[in-house]
This record gives sequence, structure tokens and C-alpha cells, in this order.
Amino acid sequence: MKPSPFTIHRPTSVEQTLELLSEFGAHGKIIAGGQSLVPVLNMRLAAPEHLIDITAVSGLSDIVVHDGDVEVGALVSHARLEHDERAHAAQPVLRAALKCVAHPAIRNRGTTVGSLAHADPNGEMPMILALTGGHVDVVSSRGTRSLEAAELNVGPLETCLESDELIVKAVFGGLAPGQSADFAELTRRTGDYALAGVGMVLSADPDTGELTGLRAGFVSVTDLPDILDLGGVVAGTQRAEAAALVPTIAQAVEEFVDPVGDIHATADYRRHLAGVMAGRVFTGLISGAVPGRETEEAA
Amino acid sequence: MTTRMFGQKIKRREDPRLVTGNGRYVDDLGAGALVAAFVRSPHAHASIVDIDVTDAIDVDGVVAIWTHEDLPGDAAERLPMLLPHPSIVNPMTGYALARDHVNFVGEPVAMVVAENRYIAEDAAGRISVDYEFLPPVVGVDQARAAQTAVHEGIEDNVAAHYQQTVGDAPGAIASAPHSLELELEVSRSACMPMEGKGVVAKWNTEDGTLLLHSSTQTASGLRAAIAAKLGLPLTKVEVVAPDIGGGFGVKINHPWPEELACACAARALGTTVKWTEDRREHFVSSAHERGQIQEVHVGFDDEGRILGLDVKFWHDNGAYLPYGVIVPLNTSTHIMGPYDIANFNVEWWSLYTNCVIVTPYRGAGRVHATFMMERTMDAIADELGLDRAQVRLNNFVREFPHPMGVVMQDGAEGCLDSGDFLTSLDKLKALVGWDEFEDYRNRARAEGRHVGIGMGAYVESTGAGPYEGGHIEIESSGRVNVWTGLTTQGQAHATVFAQIVADELGVPIDTVHVTTGDTRKMPYSVGTWGSRGGVMAGNALHVTAKKVKAKALKIAGDLLEVSPEDLEIVDGTVQVKGDPSASMPLASVAVLSNPLRYAFDESAKQATQFAKPADPNTPPIKPGEEPGLEEQDYFSPLRSTVANGMHAAIVETDPETADITILKYCVVHDCGPMINPMVVEGQVHGGVAQGVGGALYEKMAYDADGQLLNASFMDFLMPFASEVPKVETDHLETPSPLNPLGIKGAGEAGAIPVVSVIASAIEDAEGFEIRSMPIDPSTLWELRRKHAAGAVPSLHRA
Repeated sequence: MKPSPFTIHRPTSVEQTLELLSEFGAHGKIIAGGQSLVPVLNMRLAAPEHLIDITAVSGLSDIVVHDGDVEVGALVSHARLEHDERAHAAQPVLRAALKCVAHPAIRNRGTTVGSLAHADPNGEMPMILALTGGHVDVVSSRGTRSLEAAELNVGPLETCLESDELIVKAVFGGLAPGQSADFAELTRRTGDYALAGVGMVLSADPDTGELTGLRAGFVSVTDLPDILDLGGVVAGTQRAEAAALVPTIAQAVEEFVDPVGDIHATADYRRHLAGVMAGRVFTGLISGAVPGRETEEAA
Repeated sequence: MTTRMFGQKIKRREDPRLVTGNGRYVDDLGAGALVAAFVRSPHAHASIVDIDVTDAIDVDGVVAIWTHEDLPGDAAERLPMLLPHPSIVNPMTGYALARDHVNFVGEPVAMVVAENRYIAEDAAGRISVDYEFLPPVVGVDQARAAQTAVHEGIEDNVAAHYQQTVGDAPGAIASAPHSLELELEVSRSACMPMEGKGVVAKWNTEDGTLLLHSSTQTASGLRAAIAAKLGLPLTKVEVVAPDIGGGFGVKINHPWPEELACACAARALGTTVKWTEDRREHFVSSAHERGQIQEVHVGFDDEGRILGLDVKFWHDNGAYLPYGVIVPLNTSTHIMGPYDIANFNVEWWSLYTNCVIVTPYRGAGRVHATFMMERTMDAIADELGLDRAQVRLNNFVREFPHPMGVVMQDGAEGCLDSGDFLTSLDKLKALVGWDEFEDYRNRARAEGRHVGIGMGAYVESTGAGPYEGGHIEIESSGRVNVWTGLTTQGQAHATVFAQIVADELGVPIDTVHVTTGDTRKMPYSVGTWGSRGGVMAGNALHVTAKKVKAKALKIAGDLLEVSPEDLEIVDGTVQVKGDPSASMPLASVAVLSNPLRYAFDESAKQATQFAKPADPNTPPIKPGEEPGLEEQDYFSPLRSTVANGMHAAIVETDPETADITILKYCVVHDCGPMINPMVVEGQVHGGVAQGVGGALYEKMAYDADGQLLNASFMDFLMPFASEVPKVETDHLETPSPLNPLGIKGAGEAGAIPVVSVIASAIEDAEGFEIRSMPIDPSTLWELRRKHAAGAVPSLHRA
């Protein structure tokens, strides 16, 4: 459980980082919080010759709420984002999900952008990026590009990032007026990967209370952070009558997800659980117990 | 008057040192030593065709590479079979480094010795081993089916087969008014000490001696084994067990392959060689436990009294049998538990599989035994429509001593020497609210919640012999040095042994200093296992302290010119009973106990030859006496003393997710008089935590190829503090007649019945049979589906 030999580099600017990435190509690997990478190195499941430690790079540590969206620099830890009040006001599902990311000690070091780059379908944040309609800003010595979640994630633990590219920022979409959002998962133990997790953004007419849209994303039961649009199920229903929709939503979710059985749970159980969790999140959202964004001013 | 220490909740004296990072564990030792890493088999079953080290030998910093052919003399022979037993029909142990075959994933094949672990692992990765695959045997079912053999020549995979009989169980069952059959299963698991195994082997070239620091549960056992394997006189080998970060059973096996290989390398290289087990190694190459398949046939009367109990079980012992059959033997001898069963038959088979070896893990077979008996008790109660507590009550042993009729792991007839099960049950029912539970269940049901209650009782043979020793020395400063040979892996030995000695010697506890697990001072010892430390070393130190006290009173009596019977020791001062003015400090007695020629300090002058007029008629040391206020003595019991306890739990199962939550957990525990109730509670809490792991979380997941799929803390789910319920305890203190202190072991108790209790409670919540543990939400949900489809029977009471 000791890593293979590697050389560590500590650039202080994005430019230096990009130069190193260009130089080492597939032999280089970015390390920030190291919460996923270090175990992989210690178990020798990966043996990059060069680690590019970006923790000293300036300009990557900010959380900015801009136009209602939450911009998260590459060095922002899960814990900082979890406890950021402005981010929480703009998009409460961030805190709801971040509370479920492993344990506090891991959240203190692990970065949210690192989680996105790792693209683990058991991770909460790739799904949250998709659920909120967010994107990542990517730079390389060749230029910059912006990738939506659906573009970024191409497979389990696989992104479309080239070896010379660096995610500098993730942008999570905020709640629009009338929207509310929440996340729930069931784990074996506190802080474990979810057996199934569900995030939802519910849209309603702020004046009439009539539901207008519902989006759902999943953890541990889909390979990619695919979003299920349940707008057709809820549209036109009054909030007060929406509880009757729970079985339909659960069924739609069970049909949508594609879980794999493993030593912790069967595929059928995970599918069932995704439906249950979806029903619970939806029930919370329509009850109003989950604070949403009611008016333009509330943000 | 000095307050009696025995029975006091003295805070653990070792904790300030251990919790402030000042412990000295094996990995803290051996700075500058060469370091070993092992190439381990990636296959469950294969022949070794060739080992090619060419690419590894040139790695900078590599000092040596060892394979089986490099092992000298007896070190190249099979590892010892430590515990012979008549049941063992096909003994088989492994080698320090695999010879021709590998029989489980993780078996050591080659050792690299290098400047540091990084380099050693780099080189290990470059060693190429050519294997020829053989079909693996994974799990009890495959081992029983015997389509494939683990070991050539043992075609049925049977390592051991045994039967013990009391009365006529089949006859009693046949004529009983009621009978039931149960098929049960407990999955393979393992203990996970925070510190894995580890060894620092230091060869001293100047005097040809070997000093081993090992994370072991038996310093004396390891010393004898290593000396034998290396062909060294015992006097040339010493073993020290320093601070040890948990044992739980896995560190009692010895010598581990790595201990022997490092010792060989240290001698050959004339230096110090160190190995520290990493977590993955602990998963795949230490030891596991628990895996059994069981069949119970029971006959009983209308009150649920068992008339006959006939049990068969099949035990997965893994690839080798170095620690004999202690686990299945313990299972077989503990099934009857606290119950009076006149007709009992148990037959068991211990089977080889291509998996990690099985050696005792806290509870050591008793977890399985209790599972059989307590599942059976619940089944009887359900069959008859009786209260589960009442059925247990109807079966309890009521008179002590109660001979069990079976021969235990110590070779002695088992005997329940003490206890009061009726009182224990009353206490447990009160603690958990047994009689009020139906009201609670009904209220919960009205809220759409599923709750259930369960209980389980057990007995545990503890404090097995053959013996343990104590050595006590009082220095001329008044400092009391205490040694016992058994090792300490987190128990409060420095506290509880000091309590015993302080009481007997009448000295402040602060003056008592306890050292354990060092063969340089206490070569005669057995080890720390089987809930024996307190009983064995505690009593050994008790009798030793009496001898030291007698000597001190005799010396003081001569000087004070009073009979020793009229003296007492209070707060470190010897004084005449009822006349404290006639006294002398124990420190002075220590000075005078050792007649001196040379005065090394002021106090020593009192003991020199001209300090007082010599008695021309007696020598300074009289025949039969020894200098020094120092004694050594041993305690050796007739048989194990049997502790007991009962647990109960209330659980909630989520109707939708099948998530399982323990709402309440209660323990009534009887280990006799408690030396330190706080320490006993800590032992119980820790045991329950491991039990919760065994009930709901921990399971070794082998695939069909014999690959362990969850060899990390990410996938092997030990419960966190957040998963362990608050444990509510009550105690009963029925003294054992088998030792001077009347104590019974407490180390394993907490872990033993938890699996049974949780199964009982989940079954009660769900209304259908639970026959296999551990259980998780997915498994429970799948059981619900099967139950709904009629494949899992409902309880009668549901």
C-alpha cells in the first residue's frame, strides 16, 4: 500500500499548470484534495509518473454567486461549499448533497471540482451539476471550453477531458423563482457511497402553486448523471394534490434507472430504493418543508 | 485505611499515554531497520511453476529476495500445528513462503528485503511468478460437495470431524411431543484491529541472539516457536509485545509466516528486519472467522422445555489449520448455553477451503453456538405460541455447579460453576422493557412503523489454563514493579492488575508499575486470549502479592519484634494492627530485605554489614530465603470458569427501504466480582460494537474464483460510532468458586450474542424467519419479496 515512484510538481499559476500538463500528457495527473486519487495510488491501481499538485495555484479558490448561479473554483473544498451561506441561498441542493459526501474529514480536503473530474457515478456532485443544469469551465494551452454535465461525463469514472486540460471552475445553476430542490440517499453506514440517491428540482408557479416541472437525477443507480424529466407527470397539478403522484413518480424512476447489483445490494433493490427515495424527496418538496426560492427578491 | 481498589471505577492509567500519541507500537520501533514486503498469491488455488526475480534484484535499495528455497532448516518445513486435538483427521499447515502450491489469495510467496517499504513494494511488483491454475474450493457448500480438493490427498476436504454426546438426543426427539428442524448460516467475517500484525526482528551478531518485537497475543508462544524453527537455544531468543493496537484473536496464531521469514532474514543478514502489515494484507493474509452452516433438530414439551437437541454443523477453516479446531470445538461445547439439556448430540466437520485461514475472533465459535441455540429458542416459542423469555426461563439451569457433559477446549469437563440466570433475565426484561413492548409495538404500528424486540442468552468458558504467572518486586524506593507474561492489546492491564496488587500489598496504586508480554522477565506464560487475562494473570498476581506481603511482614516483624500476623500494610507503611506508631515504610523493608556490602545511596546504608550488630548464629540470608522483596508465583485453575450474560434489543425496520435501525440495546452481564466496572463496561461496549458489525455490516465477500471482493475499509463495512447504539448495561456478580478472586472473564462477552439478538428482533419486526446472518437492507428486502411469494414462512405469531 505504498505508491509507485512519482515526481510531484507544485505550480503556482494556471499557466504553469497547463505547461506541465502539456509536457507530461498521459503521464501527468492533477492532484488537489487527493481523496480519491491517493488510495488509488497507494493500491497501485494507477502509477502516474508526475503528480501536479494544484493546491498552490492562485485564482482557483473562490465561491462566487453570479446571476443566481454558484461558481466554484477548482480548489474549493466540499466543506467550504457546504457551509457557504450565499451558495446555499442560491442553490440549497448543494448543501443537501454535500452533507452526504463521505465524512467531514474527507469533505475538508476533497474538492467539489475534483469530484466532478473523477466522475464516479457513486459520487453526488456529478449528478448535482447535471441536475442544476450546470457546466464546467476547462482550460488548456490550446484554449478554453465550457462543458455541460452531459458532455463532460462519457462513462463511469470517465470524462471527455483531454490529458492537457484543467477544470478551473464549476458553475451550478441556481434556483429560479418558484423552484425548490432537495437531495436524499440511503447508505449502509453514515458517509458511505449511496445504495441509491435522488436529487430533484421542482418548479411551481409562485403565484398559483401549480406545479410546472420536475427534474430528477440519481446517484449509484445510473452510469452517467442522466436527468429524468418528470415535468409531464407533475405539470398542472396543484401542490396540495401532488402527493397522489408519488407512486407514478416512483414507477417512472424505477423504469429510468439502470442499477447494477454488487456485494452491498441487488440491482432490484437499488431500483426499488431509487423509487422510494424519489417519492420521499418529492414528498418533502411539495410539503414545503424544504425551503425553495419563492420570489426574485428572496435570492 | 486504604480504600479497596478492587471494584473501583479507576480510570485507565494507560490512557493518557496512549491517547496523546505516546504509545510505542511495533511500527514505532526499528528505526533504520531494513523493511520487508511480500509477494502474495493473486490466485486462490494454483501450482507454482516458476518464480523469476531477475527484474527485481536490480532495483536500487533491494538487499535480498527470499523464496521458499532460501529458508534454512526447519524454517523451510511446514508451520506448526499449534493445537493438536483428537478430532483432527487431516492436519495441514502452510509454509512461511509457499513451496509448490498456493491455497488462498494472499498467501506469501516471496519476500523482498529493502531499504524501505516503497522500494520493497517496487521490487515485489517486478517479481514474476508463473502459476498453473487449479480449481478453487470456496465456501462450506463447495467444500462439502468435495468435487475439488484443496489439498492433494484430502479428497473430502475434511480437516477435522468430531462428535460429543450427552444422553440420547435422537431418541428423546423421536418421543418428544413437538420437534423442529432449523437450517442456519453465519457468514465469514474477521476482526480488524486498528494495528495489523507486525514484527521487528533484531539479530545481534555480537552474541548471536534474536530479539523480536511483535504485535502478538503470545510473547512466550512466539518465542518458543521461533527458537524451534531457527534451531536456536531458547535462551538466545527473546520476544517483547510492546503496545499493541488491538488483537481480538487474530494475533494469537504464531508464528505468522512473516514473523518467521523476517527472523530468518535478520539472522542471515546480521541486522534488523521489520515488517508492518498493511490493511489489504490484513484482509487477505491474516485470519478470518465465523463462517458455518448449521442444522438443528430439537424435540421439546408443551412448555418449550428441550427434551433432545441434535446438531450438525460444517465449519469453514480456510486453507490451513495452524490453530487447530478451537473455533468449531468452542461452537460445539457452547451450544447448550445456560440451558439444562439432558439429551444432546453434536457432530461437526471442519473443512478446508481456498480462502484465508480461520482462527479465533472475539467470541471464538461461541457466536455461532449462541446463534444455533437462540434461533432454536425463538423457534420453539413461536411454534408453541409462548413468550420467548418464558421459554428460555423454562429451560434455564437453576443449580450450580452444573456439569455440561462435554469436554471443552482446555481438555477439561465443562461445568457452569456459577450464575443466576433467573435474576439475570428479570434484570434484562426490566432494562429493555420486555413486558411493555407490545404497547410500544402497537403505538408504532399505528404510525406505520415496524418495530421488533429480541433477546439472546449465552455462556462463555473463560479463563482457561494451563497457567499464568506473576512476578512482583518492591524496590528500595518503594516502587512496586509487576510483571506478568501475557500480552496487552488494549485491555486495561496496567490498571486492573495494579488494583489487585495495590490491594494485597496495601500500597498506593501510583507506586505500582505493570509490565506485560516481555519474555526477558517472564518467560513462562501462555498468552492473552479467551477472556483469560483478568482471571489468569489477575489471580496469579493476587497470589504473588500475598507471598511478597508475607515476606515483607516477616522482615518487618523481626525488626519491630512483633509477630507478622499482628502487622498490616497501610498506604505503603508496615504497622502494628491497632498501633500505627509502631511502623516502618515498606521501602525500608525492601532495603533491609537485601543485605548489602555496598551502599549506593543513603537508604542502602541501612542494609550494609556494619549497619547493625550481626547475629553470629545466622547468616545474612537464612537457608530457604532469598534476597530482595521479590516473589514469583503462578495460578493454574482446575478448569475454565464460565461467565454468562443476556442481551436484548429493539429494532426498527423501514417498511419501504428495509433499512434496519437499532433503537435500544441492553446487556445484563455476569463476570463475577468486577475488578473495575468501568473497564468491564468498556469491554462490553466494544464487544457489542463488534457484534453489531457481525449482525448488520461485516461479511467477507468471496467470489467464485476465491477473490476477496471487499478487502478494504471502503467495502468491508465496520460500523462507525454512528451505527453503534447506546449500550445500556446491568450487572450481576455471582462469584466463581474456581479462583481466589472469584472472577470470570469479560473480554469477549459483549460480542457473543449480538448476532442472535438482532436476528431475533428483526424476525419479530418482520414476522418471518431469519435464518442467516449478517443481514443488510437489500437482503431483508429480498427476503420480504420471497416471503410475499410464499418462499419464506411466516412466524406463527405474525
